[in-house]
Amino acid sequence: MSESLKAKVTELFNEPGCDKNVAKGEKERKKGCSKPLTPGAAAGGCAFDGAKIALQPIVDVVHLVHGPLACEGNGWDNRHAASSGPTLYRLGVTTDITEMDIVMGSGEKRLYKAIREVIARYAPPAVFVYSTCVPALIGDDVEAVCRHATDKLGTPCIPVNAPGFVGSKNLGNKLAGEALLDHVIGTMEPEVSTPTDINILGEYNLSGELWQIRPLLDRLGIRLHACITGDARYREVASAHRARVNMMVCSTALINVARKMEDRWGIPYFEGSFYGIDDTSTALRAIAQLLVKQGAPADLLDRTEELIASEEARAWQRLAPYRDRLAGKRVLLYTGGVKSWSIVSALQEMGMVVVGTSVRKSTDNDKKKISDLMGGDAHMVDNIPPREMYAQLRRGDADILLSGGRTQFVALKAKVPWLDINQERHHAFAGYDGMVTLVRELDRSLSNPMWQEVRNPAPWEVGDIDAFLDDAPLLVPIS
Amino acid sequence: MATIIQRRRAVSINPLKSSAPLGAALAYLGIDGSIPLLHGSQGCTSFALVLLVRHFKETIPLQTTAMEEVATILGGSGNMEEALLNLTRRVKPRFIGIASTALVETRGEDYAGDLKLIMDRQPELAHTRVVFASTPDYAGALEDGWARAVSAVISSIVLPWSPAVTPFRQVNILPGVHQTPADIEALKDMVESFGLYPVVLPDLSGSLDGHVADAWIPTTMGGARLEEIEQMARATHTIAIGEHMRAPAELLGSLTGVPLTVFPTLTGLAPCDRLVALLSRLSGNAVPGRYRRERSQLVDAMLDGHFHFGGRKIAIGADPDLLCALSHFFAGMGAEIVAAVASTGNSPSLDAIPAETVIIGDLTDLEDAAREHGAEVLVTHSHGRQGAHRLDIPLMRVGFPIFDRLGTAHMLSVGYRGTRDLIFRVANLFMGQMHDHVPADFADVLPAPIVEESSHVSPPATH
Repeated sequence: MSESLKAKVTELFNEPGCDKNVAKGEKERKKGCSKPLTPGAAAGGCAFDGAKIALQPIVDVVHLVHGPLACEGNGWDNRHAASSGPTLYRLGVTTDITEMDIVMGSGEKRLYKAIREVIARYAPPAVFVYSTCVPALIGDDVEAVCRHATDKLGTPCIPVNAPGFVGSKNLGNKLAGEALLDHVIGTMEPEVSTPTDINILGEYNLSGELWQIRPLLDRLGIRLHACITGDARYREVASAHRARVNMMVCSTALINVARKMEDRWGIPYFEGSFYGIDDTSTALRAIAQLLVKQGAPADLLDRTEELIASEEARAWQRLAPYRDRLAGKRVLLYTGGVKSWSIVSALQEMGMVVVGTSVRKSTDNDKKKISDLMGGDAHMVDNIPPREMYAQLRRGDADILLSGGRTQFVALKAKVPWLDINQERHHAFAGYDGMVTLVRELDRSLSNPMWQEVRNPAPWEVGDIDAFLDDAPLLVPIS
Repeated sequence: MATIIQRRRAVSINPLKSSAPLGAALAYLGIDGSIPLLHGSQGCTSFALVLLVRHFKETIPLQTTAMEEVATILGGSGNMEEALLNLTRRVKPRFIGIASTALVETRGEDYAGDLKLIMDRQPELAHTRVVFASTPDYAGALEDGWARAVSAVISSIVLPWSPAVTPFRQVNILPGVHQTPADIEALKDMVESFGLYPVVLPDLSGSLDGHVADAWIPTTMGGARLEEIEQMARATHTIAIGEHMRAPAELLGSLTGVPLTVFPTLTGLAPCDRLVALLSRLSGNAVPGRYRRERSQLVDAMLDGHFHFGGRKIAIGADPDLLCALSHFFAGMGAEIVAAVASTGNSPSLDAIPAETVIIGDLTDLEDAAREHGAEVLVTHSHGRQGAHRLDIPLMRVGFPIFDRLGTAHMLSVGYRGTRDLIFRVANLFMGQMHDHVPADFADVLPAPIVEESSHVSPPATH
């Protein structure tokens, strides 16, 4: 690992904005936040994966991966981060380095040529260049190549130094944030700037969720200057330092960006979520309050309250028809962080029973909220191994599992309904509208008549075939 | 013979190939009670795992040695040992197949040697069969990884021929990476109907055919059984499919003395005839009546289908053997292969492709060539969807990965029935694009008037 990268990682582990880090002792902090990986029992992506997830939603740039084929080849165009226009971000672009490049050390030259070729073909406003394990191991200086290419070719080339072996996906998110801070944010001035400009950090517009929020902001006259990075244009991100308020979603993935933007440009930030009705209202309120504090007209507060009142009422009204159908159904919520509590109140309002919610990736704050909502911590579950979860579902401990793709087949093979609420989801669940979508999808899944049919065993496996066929007396056995 | 063009570009835009370790993992998944283990950083496994799950819509057992920075610098054999021990303790697999990745191969240690030492000093691993295949991402593609893994299994599990081996009415089948579970099932069925016993390595038809079991099993469930792999020397013949399976087949032949036949493809009338004739010869049985009927159905499908193939311009992008099989299928039905792009250049089957040129390249090369030659259908994996959309022509999904369609495991394209169904799939695709004729289609019925003779006024001045 190069010295500069090592310094970055150490710095991230010292992040003062992160409650968890601040609570740690000096020695503990030095060890970093990523749990040590266990060979043969590890799950989850690497730092490069995390960096790519955080930056790929910038839609009008080319994302160029410097490494052997697998890093990009096995993972491109695999998420539903939506774009309202440009599609360049969906290209899978890689140097696909060969054995010869590694042996001859020609990786840097190949990278420079690759940058030149993509700029010639697509003329993007910028190229994001990701380093991976092999170039890091053989000592390719991606930052120097990017500097040189930026000078020579006149297009900003942004080095993203997060090779897979430095750590987890979460660390990669933060290293991507560092790349934005070092090379992008603050490099351009916005064309327009208003007293109600905000940025949203850590929202990736999966399945178009940003568009469930944007109309609410528009209605209030709040201008979303840059979403970092969902449906973002390079220019918006580069000039994001002129916004008045930063909202940070997705827990702490980009907390370093929020805190450093506050340090450098005095932009206040808060952490919020658009999952759940209460949370959406709380987030809108917080945005309005911070904006007013930053000099926006004070009537924004009243208008926000009006919008919240009317939209909450409308959402509950849209949810009402589902109450009878869903009351009493038992939900196992197996996700992490904010979502472990943010959708609980809506489910409870539907009369559903949350039999368990996982707190694997939750902070103390998250846990407190769960405890407040559900009366104690009895329903908090930690990591459930697949075999155990399968047994629980087979037993009928829950009527539906809400989780991410990893546990999809645990539920399906146990013949229990499952709804995807993590990153590969196909439905947008944000804001007031998203909660209605979530409940509608829950109902669709639970009320599907297919479940009963697939649970029925084959008649010959439960014994008497004659009993099964006794409504067809004309069938006479051959002998 | 096709001219082979190697693109000299520094960048691959929209890769066509999938990496070799993924191919190896796929092969290991065709063994019963198995867990593939990728020796690399956890990202190598995570990306491969997600892609496999998206393709098969199944839970996939796949683990990682989780190489982090320190192990990358100081050496990875400790991680390999720890991973094997953890896997054995936690899930007790019968088989662990290790595939290396670019990360550890760049470091370059003697992993096969390390593995031997680990197996010798760890009695806990005595009941687990462990094999190792070297599959750096920077060399070769899916096919190469698959073939190397099969070779690794053969060289460490198959018992060499000895006088004690009792011959048996057994046929070994070494399918290529482009055979679906449905293809393998059909082949097994065919072999069985001649009174022969098929042993398939790897056998995805047992493990990745999409089924619901009565318990949660953390390893593969179904697939080639180790006891049968050990006994491959009992067979009277080995059938390998695709040029990339020649090396494993020859390795098996040299170990066991079992004669072998490599079929470049089993799609199409002639190759199926050869297979059926071979099985008939090996078994001494007459061809069962059902194959006469199936053959006749295929002949009828060819008669009905040829209207829709003749003169059609096809663009195909795939791994060499799949490219070879499909281009012969299309060309054999009268279509023209206007663009053929192979993921890698290291296969002798490329020479035989019925196209003027074969490009070694990516999906962008395929898209460019398809545009240049006016291709009417794009034949490649699901990542071709962006290109097909830009070209505004239909995409026929073949190979790996196919993540935006269901039932890929059950798509049949070998044997008389598979070929018959493939003809229908393609013909239906074209019929769905049926063009209603308009006067403009006939603009060149008469030759265009020659300008000098018919113009009496001077042409407008040009600026």
